[in-house]
Amino acid sequence: MATSTAPARAARKGPPSILLKTVVAVTGLFFVFFVLFHMYGNLQILVGPEAFDEYAHHLRTFGEPMLPEKSFLWVFRILLLASVVGHVWASMSLWRRAGQARTTRYAGKKKTSYGGFYAKAMRWGGLALLAFVVFHILHFTTQTITIDGAHASPAERVISSFAVWWVVGIYALAMVFLGMHLLHGVWGAAMTLGLNTSLQRAEQIRFVSILLATIVVVGFLIPPFAILFGFIE
Amino acid sequence: MKLALKIWRQDGPADAGQMVRYDIDGVSEDSSFLEMLDLLNEQLITSGEDPVAFDSDCREGICGMCGVVINGEAHGPERTTTCQLHMRSFNDGDEIVIEPWRADPFPVIKDLCVDRTSFDRIIQAGGFISANTGSAPDAHATPVPKEDADRAFMAAECIGCGACVAACPNASGMLFMGSKVTHLGELPQGQPERGARVVAMTEQHDLEGFGGCTNLGECTRACPKGIPLNVISQLNADYRRAGYGGSSAD
Repeated sequence: MATSTAPARAARKGPPSILLKTVVAVTGLFFVFFVLFHMYGNLQILVGPEAFDEYAHHLRTFGEPMLPEKSFLWVFRILLLASVVGHVWASMSLWRRAGQARTTRYAGKKKTSYGGFYAKAMRWGGLALLAFVVFHILHFTTQTITIDGAHASPAERVISSFAVWWVVGIYALAMVFLGMHLLHGVWGAAMTLGLNTSLQRAEQIRFVSILLATIVVVGFLIPPFAILFGFIE
Repeated sequence: MKLALKIWRQDGPADAGQMVRYDIDGVSEDSSFLEMLDLLNEQLITSGEDPVAFDSDCREGICGMCGVVINGEAHGPERTTTCQLHMRSFNDGDEIVIEPWRADPFPVIKDLCVDRTSFDRIIQAGGFISANTGSAPDAHATPVPKEDADRAFMAAECIGCGACVAACPNASGMLFMGSKVTHLGELPQGQPERGARVVAMTEQHDLEGFGGCTNLGECTRACPKGIPLNVISQLNADYRRAGYGGSSAD
């Protein structure tokens, strides 16, 4: 498409912004898949502590004897870590570009704002979630942080932790942040992947994002509250 | 009507600029926003002061030349262009903050005038159809399905005023670019250059220093033509089909 009127273009700095947005969208959808899978595992505790422990054990022996022990787990962990790095790096790059695109702020204040509060909390809310994920890994995976002594059984670790009200408080707050992030994140991912092509489709995407956010928040909060109120011991 | 105006005054691109307060009386509710500024300028000229520079052309909401940010909102509180905004949308005694579009790819020339040639360069990068310039073809020579024609026309309503960029928290030009891509991409004449167009325009958009869309929808709300957010999704879809800029030779 060479025309004589097209201006000579200088080299662009960094990847195209739509490519960065796509990295955020694809890694984000992988996290959605992961949290649904994680939620399914957590709900095993409703069946009983034995079922939960067995599920945790099976995650480590998944694919045996074809695959060595913990290999499935480690492949998943490496994929997740790579996705976190990609998600945060691309989001931060876009954040920096947005800052550079408007260096003088407006003096006038808008009376009403269109985007929901949850949509505006994507950047700092995302960083808060990252901090929570670090805490969560230190708590349940590496057991660096112990609430009520060390326990060999994963189910005992969960039950002893969530018997403490402020631990439930931290996790409940984190789930509120996750729900907010999903509410706009699923919508944004669908937009970025080019799925919103009509007004009807926009409504469908809104519905799916609300549905997924609700399922994840409710599904994750059932076990801690069930433990706190003594339904599981 | 009696109004307290706080207007951005800036002598030139190199000047730092500042907000200056002007009190104005005797504004008719039926006057347009730009007529109110005309009235202020008449008073400023009479008293020997420099009038406030602002852009306007057709003053009937179709050219895209005018546009200022009024109380933090691009084109003010109504869904229309600044020239079609009337003083009846304000109350007697109101304080009105008037600023230029704020985006680094739109540098201020003077007061409320900004340089929007970055939009022209995005169009020059690919927002056109390399037409055969022979005699005009018959109108029915290339059939276009009604739905496609409607969507193309909806997107073609974009007047390139830049309100989307002004309203966007990321100062992104993607509603503008999405409008052009959707407009030409819905029509048979736009197909041969469809992939190359989206890649070249996106590259120019990034090069000009516009931010990336975060799908909030502030642009759609500010757009005087009410262009929906889904043109941005169309832009993303076309960009994906063009291999994310990897295969720009079309």
